[in-house]
Amino acid sequence: MPPLNEQTLSAARDGLAKGDFNAVELTQAHIAAVEAARPLNAFVTETPERALAMAVESDKRRSAGQAGMLEGIPLAIKDLFCTEGVLTTAGSHILDGFQPPYESTVTANLWNQGAVMLGKANMDEFAMGSSNMTSFYGAVENPWRRSGDNRPLVPGGSSGGSAAVVAARGALAATGTDTGGSIRQPASFCGIVGLKPTYGRCSRWGTVAFASSLDQPGPLTRTVRDAALMLRAMAGHDAKDSTSVDRPVPDYEAALTGDIRGLKVGIPKEYRVDGMAAEIDTLWQQGIDWLRQAGAEPVEISLPHTRYALPTYYIVAPAEASSNLARYDGVRFGLRVPGNTLDEMYEATRGEGFGAEVQRRVLIGTYVLSAGYYDAYYNKARQVRTLIANDFSKAFENVDVVLTPTTPSAAFAVGEKMDDPIAMYLNDVFTVPASLAGLPAISVPAGLSGDGLPLGLHLIGRAFDEETVLKAAGVLEEAAQFTAEPGFIAGRG
Amino acid sequence: MALIEGKTGQWEMVIGLEVHAQVTSESKLFSGASATFGGEPNANVSMVDAAMPGMLPVLNRRSVEQAVKTGLGLNAKINLTSVFERKNYFYADLPSGYQISQHLHPIVGEGTVVLDMADGTTREVGIERLHLEQDAGKSLHDQHPSKTYIDLNRSGITLMEIVSKPDLRTAEEVGVYLAKLRSIMRYLGTCDGNMEEGSMRCDVNLSVRKPGDPLGTRTETKNVNSIRFVKLAIEHEVHRQIAVIEEGGRIVQETRLFDSVKGTTRAMRSKEEAHDYRYFPDPDLLPLVLDQAWVDEVRQALPELPDAKKRRFVEKLGLSPYDAGVLVNDKETAAFYEAVIAGDKRDAKLVANWVTGDFFGALNRSGVALSEAPVDADKLGGLLDLVSDGTISGRIAKDVFEEMWENGKTAADIVEAKGLRQISDTGALEAMVDKVIAENPGQVEQIKAGNEKLLGWFVGQIMKATQGKANPGMVNQLLRKKLS
Repeated sequence: MPPLNEQTLSAARDGLAKGDFNAVELTQAHIAAVEAARPLNAFVTETPERALAMAVESDKRRSAGQAGMLEGIPLAIKDLFCTEGVLTTAGSHILDGFQPPYESTVTANLWNQGAVMLGKANMDEFAMGSSNMTSFYGAVENPWRRSGDNRPLVPGGSSGGSAAVVAARGALAATGTDTGGSIRQPASFCGIVGLKPTYGRCSRWGTVAFASSLDQPGPLTRTVRDAALMLRAMAGHDAKDSTSVDRPVPDYEAALTGDIRGLKVGIPKEYRVDGMAAEIDTLWQQGIDWLRQAGAEPVEISLPHTRYALPTYYIVAPAEASSNLARYDGVRFGLRVPGNTLDEMYEATRGEGFGAEVQRRVLIGTYVLSAGYYDAYYNKARQVRTLIANDFSKAFENVDVVLTPTTPSAAFAVGEKMDDPIAMYLNDVFTVPASLAGLPAISVPAGLSGDGLPLGLHLIGRAFDEETVLKAAGVLEEAAQFTAEPGFIAGRG
Repeated sequence: MALIEGKTGQWEMVIGLEVHAQVTSESKLFSGASATFGGEPNANVSMVDAAMPGMLPVLNRRSVEQAVKTGLGLNAKINLTSVFERKNYFYADLPSGYQISQHLHPIVGEGTVVLDMADGTTREVGIERLHLEQDAGKSLHDQHPSKTYIDLNRSGITLMEIVSKPDLRTAEEVGVYLAKLRSIMRYLGTCDGNMEEGSMRCDVNLSVRKPGDPLGTRTETKNVNSIRFVKLAIEHEVHRQIAVIEEGGRIVQETRLFDSVKGTTRAMRSKEEAHDYRYFPDPDLLPLVLDQAWVDEVRQALPELPDAKKRRFVEKLGLSPYDAGVLVNDKETAAFYEAVIAGDKRDAKLVANWVTGDFFGALNRSGVALSEAPVDADKLGGLLDLVSDGTISGRIAKDVFEEMWENGKTAADIVEAKGLRQISDTGALEAMVDKVIAENPGQVEQIKAGNEKLLGWFVGQIMKATQGKANPGMVNQLLRKKLS
């Protein structure tokens, strides 16, 4: 048996059920792994005492025959989810000392199913970033390194801490949130699975908002099966979130039949973007071949408004963010930098409390919503967003799932692209369209780049058809046999 | 049309009102916190009202129903789809940094309010729209020498903003309009209309022009919190504007604040400094979609409103439009009146005269509220029954009423105890009439010579002799018979 922290979530679930080990043992192994993984800086806050206490309770429930779906499973929680009585920072200085008196719906769902919290995972400030470099709590290191090159790499972002710790075997799974790719891109960079559910599938209540019409919680895991298990526990209708959708939550694991015969897989021609590395194109072709070999039928499709997705996203998301972040004003919680007048206090607090990237997006958002520019930017972007969603609706009349690469390149080095926000934003070029359309999408590790870094393939499905997405992802996973491991694994010499 | 005399001729003022009415509801527009008035500071604040991270608004169905009811009461179009938008600005008592409001797509569209003017005429005022929005909290500047304290009890409470068309032309019309709005909302139970507690507030948009000219530049005067203050603010602002123009100046489009101590308005901020509110649809809320069938249900369940009640009082009960208007103005008064007439049990006009006359007089004199009046509907009805069946005369009834007001006894008890029963015995009255005729031959001669006026003198003699208890109708009849 591999070390307890190197198992998959589903194997740990089965091991717990069979009594091979208990939740306390599993948790202790993970607490040690979290400690060992500290060089990655994947956590803002570790909660080992709480984890052990939860594990003790978990074992009691199991002996009482009341085991939940994730009974005894240790998880990392992105620090965007409010956790009752536990520091919640959103990776920002401005939330200094903020201990929410409430628990987010998604984490509450996880605890109700028996899961154990290892700590709060580092992230880009307010989920704004694709590198985890914007965190007030410092960069997170990717456990992978390029072959023959020892420079630290970024884990991607914004759920960078979540992705790094799962890849380094510091947690069996993690929660993330995805606004334009914040689960899928770091999953791809770290060689794990990242699932962004349909908008409305998981409640946003108690999750610090970035862009409300796009934000969606989802899991980061080492296997597709684990993602299915996590999603089932996280999802569900929540009357406290008006955008949450009231539909039954299926047994996603049961959808992993491996049978995709007859499945029509759309291959959007517009995703062959300029400057995309040849190896990304090759991997994409490989993915198409794998699915074909499993009985699926690749179909070339057109998503004509794809090239407008990134600019649209970078209007809509900052616009919403500029309004969502107005509440961080130093009046009621978090950081307050005093001033002689109310305006001075606002300026001092927000000037010091927000990092450069957050300030940039608040400014962009304020600009695109301002009188005289609203129609040219925000309103136009809303219209284009509808066109992008319509592209997908039309495509899904003929296909069941769409296959693309997750990112245009593999992980980059810490410090690269930092002086060029546009180059940074291009990381999201393949993930943003599904976000704008509110569709479920998954990144599955499918191969290695020339310099030995993981690359992901990306599947997009119909709204609320996570089952087909997971089923096809399972087939890719099986075909890819992605067994490569990062250079850094927690607890190994 | 009421015109104002200026140095350069006559001026007309054009007024539109924005009324903020607090919706009567247990909880706030987007949170479950209590919406009651007068709690300790920050006692009625949920995590949503305080805009804690990750909190989301959930629309209160009751607030929506109240807005729809009010819209129907204003004869307005109900928009089956409306959209909540964020109005962004920074202020310490606005925790989220935006107010959730309805901007481009309000829940209620155009409607009409009918004003009953004091001279008996009516005027129609157009309603532009009604929309739902959140109230902000309150900044307390007087608690500490250098700090401001924040009370979020009001934060998130449901307001209806009711915007009139610029159809008002005088301060009097504005007063009548506000009273009518309040009356309609009180009938509907959608707003208690209590301006002192701030549950109804008013911004006045006012401009002046020479009759027939296009609209002038308007100012918006905020923070006017009673009908009296609204009138004062208008009087001040209209004269200020006329003076500015007549002295060669220009009116600046600006927001002005009413100072209730000085009775003046002063500039708050000009259009140049105006906030850019950056409205955009609130992504936390879906568009509000109403079902026509549900709107119809709400319409069916509406109570009779003042206009309809007035029409019924005039057409079915035969009241004058003026009396009917006075009686329906206030929901409680109308209910009291209807309780006294008790269907068709009592004479509607007699009751109307008594309610608007002696009863209102006593209320005003004693300063008590209708609900506290010592004479309730049953007791007043009992008194009027004694008048109608001839037990007492109308004159005696006035004295009995005063006594009832003093001690709360019933009319029957007072009449019995004091022996005020009207003398309607023909034999007894005839004897008195004969006696008076016999004692005053001179006056009898004059009547027979055609001086009809003296008949009243004879009546008076008999009333005097009976301390007013003689049945005046019968006395009259007997006198006529004997003297003709």
